[in-house]
Amino acid sequence: MTHHRFPLSRISRGAAIASLATLGLAVSASAQALTVISFGGASGEAMQKAYYGPFTEQTGIDLTPGDYNGELSRIRAMVETGNVSWDLVEMESPELVRGCFEGLFEPIDWQRLGLGDQLIDAAFDECGVGTFVWSTVLAYDADALDAAPTSWADFWDVERFPGTRGLRRGAKYTLEFALMADGVAVDEVYEVLRTPEGVDRAFAKLDELKDHIQWWEAGAQPPQWLVAGDVAMTSAYNGRIAAAQEEGSNLEIVWDESLYDLDYWAIVAGSEHVDEAYQFIEFASQPENQAVYSSEIPYGPVHPAAIEQLDDAQARRMPTHEENMAGALAIDTGFWVDHGEELEQRFSAWAAR
Amino acid sequence: MSANLTATLASTKPGGNLKAQLRRAERLRKLKAIGLVAPLALFLIVVFVVPIGSMLWRSVDNTELDAVMPLTAQGLRDWDGTGLPDNATLAAFAAELRDSRQGGGLGRIGRRLNYEDTRYRGLLMTTLRGLPAPGEVDTDTDWAAILSEIDPAWGETDTWLGIQRAAPTTTDRYLLASLDLERGAEGGIQRIDSQDRVFLSVFQRTMVIAGGVTLICLALGFPLAYLLATLPARTSNLLMILVLLPFWTSLLVRTASWIILLQSNGLVNQGLINIGLIDSPLQLVFNRIGVFFAMVHILLPFMVLPLYSVMKGISPSYQRAAISLGAHPFAAFWQVYVPQTISGVAAGTILVFIMALGYYITPALVGGPADQMVSYYVAYYTNTTNNWGMAAALGSLLLVITLLLYLVYHRLVNRKQLIRS
Repeated sequence: MTHHRFPLSRISRGAAIASLATLGLAVSASAQALTVISFGGASGEAMQKAYYGPFTEQTGIDLTPGDYNGELSRIRAMVETGNVSWDLVEMESPELVRGCFEGLFEPIDWQRLGLGDQLIDAAFDECGVGTFVWSTVLAYDADALDAAPTSWADFWDVERFPGTRGLRRGAKYTLEFALMADGVAVDEVYEVLRTPEGVDRAFAKLDELKDHIQWWEAGAQPPQWLVAGDVAMTSAYNGRIAAAQEEGSNLEIVWDESLYDLDYWAIVAGSEHVDEAYQFIEFASQPENQAVYSSEIPYGPVHPAAIEQLDDAQARRMPTHEENMAGALAIDTGFWVDHGEELEQRFSAWAAR
Repeated sequence: MSANLTATLASTKPGGNLKAQLRRAERLRKLKAIGLVAPLALFLIVVFVVPIGSMLWRSVDNTELDAVMPLTAQGLRDWDGTGLPDNATLAAFAAELRDSRQGGGLGRIGRRLNYEDTRYRGLLMTTLRGLPAPGEVDTDTDWAAILSEIDPAWGETDTWLGIQRAAPTTTDRYLLASLDLERGAEGGIQRIDSQDRVFLSVFQRTMVIAGGVTLICLALGFPLAYLLATLPARTSNLLMILVLLPFWTSLLVRTASWIILLQSNGLVNQGLINIGLIDSPLQLVFNRIGVFFAMVHILLPFMVLPLYSVMKGISPSYQRAAISLGAHPFAAFWQVYVPQTISGVAAGTILVFIMALGYYITPALVGGPADQMVSYYVAYYTNTTNNWGMAAALGSLLLVITLLLYLVYHRLVNRKQLIRS
């Protein structure tokens, strides 16, 4: 690993970085470093604190962080043109499976990683190593409602809980919640959804609520609408609700019947820093480092020992906490990889009417 | 130059040579003209003709299978569609499937075949895992048996018919799908299942929204432009700045501020409740009303500016003359003034209408699912599902519709102008 040293001492660091970036010199300098691409935002800041900084400090390997929106098309373009400038990327599970199938990621050599079977089962994937667990939950403003809703059946009950509902615009999550509201047991949801009658049943249930739904697309919208009083309750990502709680809003989460999934680290096929990438993944999978990440943002660690290192209040806010996990359902990635396209097509036809 | 020319003329014989000289001079002028136009022409070709051409091509392009599995595609094109394809085709399929993982080829055909049936991606995946190593096979290998053993689906004619449908290098499936049509089993064109029909209503809705926005802009913009054109310069300049202000604000900021103004607890609803007009908040945003508010606000300047520039050039004396000859003021306005503004009205409406047709961000932010226009689906297919065939087909249809409407409109406006004058 070559270290490039610039005479930074005499000029301000910020100005130096800015001018280097302008000249394009930063690219040649970082070409030697491991490039790690995450989703950025609050989660990216937590990663900086828990993983990026300490990793460089401990191993001396230069690391260039970056962020993106999870689109597979950019990685596809890199691999197909043979111009791979990203080494390690944070992936959501359906994209990970699709990209793995297309040969966009290096298959993970679990022997080499030396993690044994320490992580939770869902963290093991052909092309990816799980890094944290996030969840889509039912959230509401406790100040605005007289009684507390406890299930998706309550979410559908506009008599008892009047007001607009927020749901994500798309078939994913929405169909699962509709079936749960229609009385399907949590562990039978995907079984039912795999049948044409099950899909019809989910859409029929959505028909009932259609006039009361305000559709969201960005994760920032649900907490914002709850706080503004636009919706009485909504589906939302648990990390976003936690952020709003920290700002003083009295938002509540219903963990029963929530849907959880993992984000993964994946090594882009053709990366020149595979060794460093393995080192980084191993570092980021250590319980003490995962505990730092999860204390910054309430997404659950994939190493069970990390949960024990968190203080109780924070651990209770995680999708991975025993009590929260009890009534929750893991998103069936394979189902959405296989049927996502036709169901999204049908959803957009349905929603557009 | 002219001295030279005279000298040359004098030194040569008259007749054919003079003609040649003239031709040469003419040619030089033509070359200069071409040289002056060339940069613009080149620019237009690079940024306009080529992208639009490639978009039109994309909407019928079907080369995924042919590019990744050329031998299989050829074999399936020659296959008569009964029983199973011959052993050579099956062997080529197995070999090409094994090679396809390099460079993302497997992903491309997986995606393409999934448009035919969603089980193909998984089927290719399991088959790839089950294939025998290249050393274990020879020319006598019975591939039908091997493939059927990996997955019984390969023993069914339908499985191969599905892949055969993806084998030709061009297809009309995307253009048909954009019109809610598809090819039936016998090759005839039929409507798709009613639960999946979406695009005809999306195209219709796009026209209705764009037309509505154009009419509202005209209704609001015409009096405003008239006021601007007739007020003293100082006042009208001040008003003009107000008209232009939205130009200098980012589209996203303007759209976001409409959300804040119109939401249930927003300023507009609060104001209406406070003055006692309504008891509970009106739903003003995330529906069609919000889309109209935001789009009219953004597009109004494009109506006002062409109208203003035309009105500024109309002398007020015509109207005064008409009134002094006994016309009612309204008749003078309607029969003398308005016809003179027709070219401005035409420019403004066509500009606003065409811009409104392509709107994407505004309806996506302030509309509901039933307010999304064609561009939303173009973006959806491009970014989310990577189905560029569908995105290109929708874009091509939108382009064709826009051109047709423009032609019709052009003829109508020209005829009107002829009749009036």
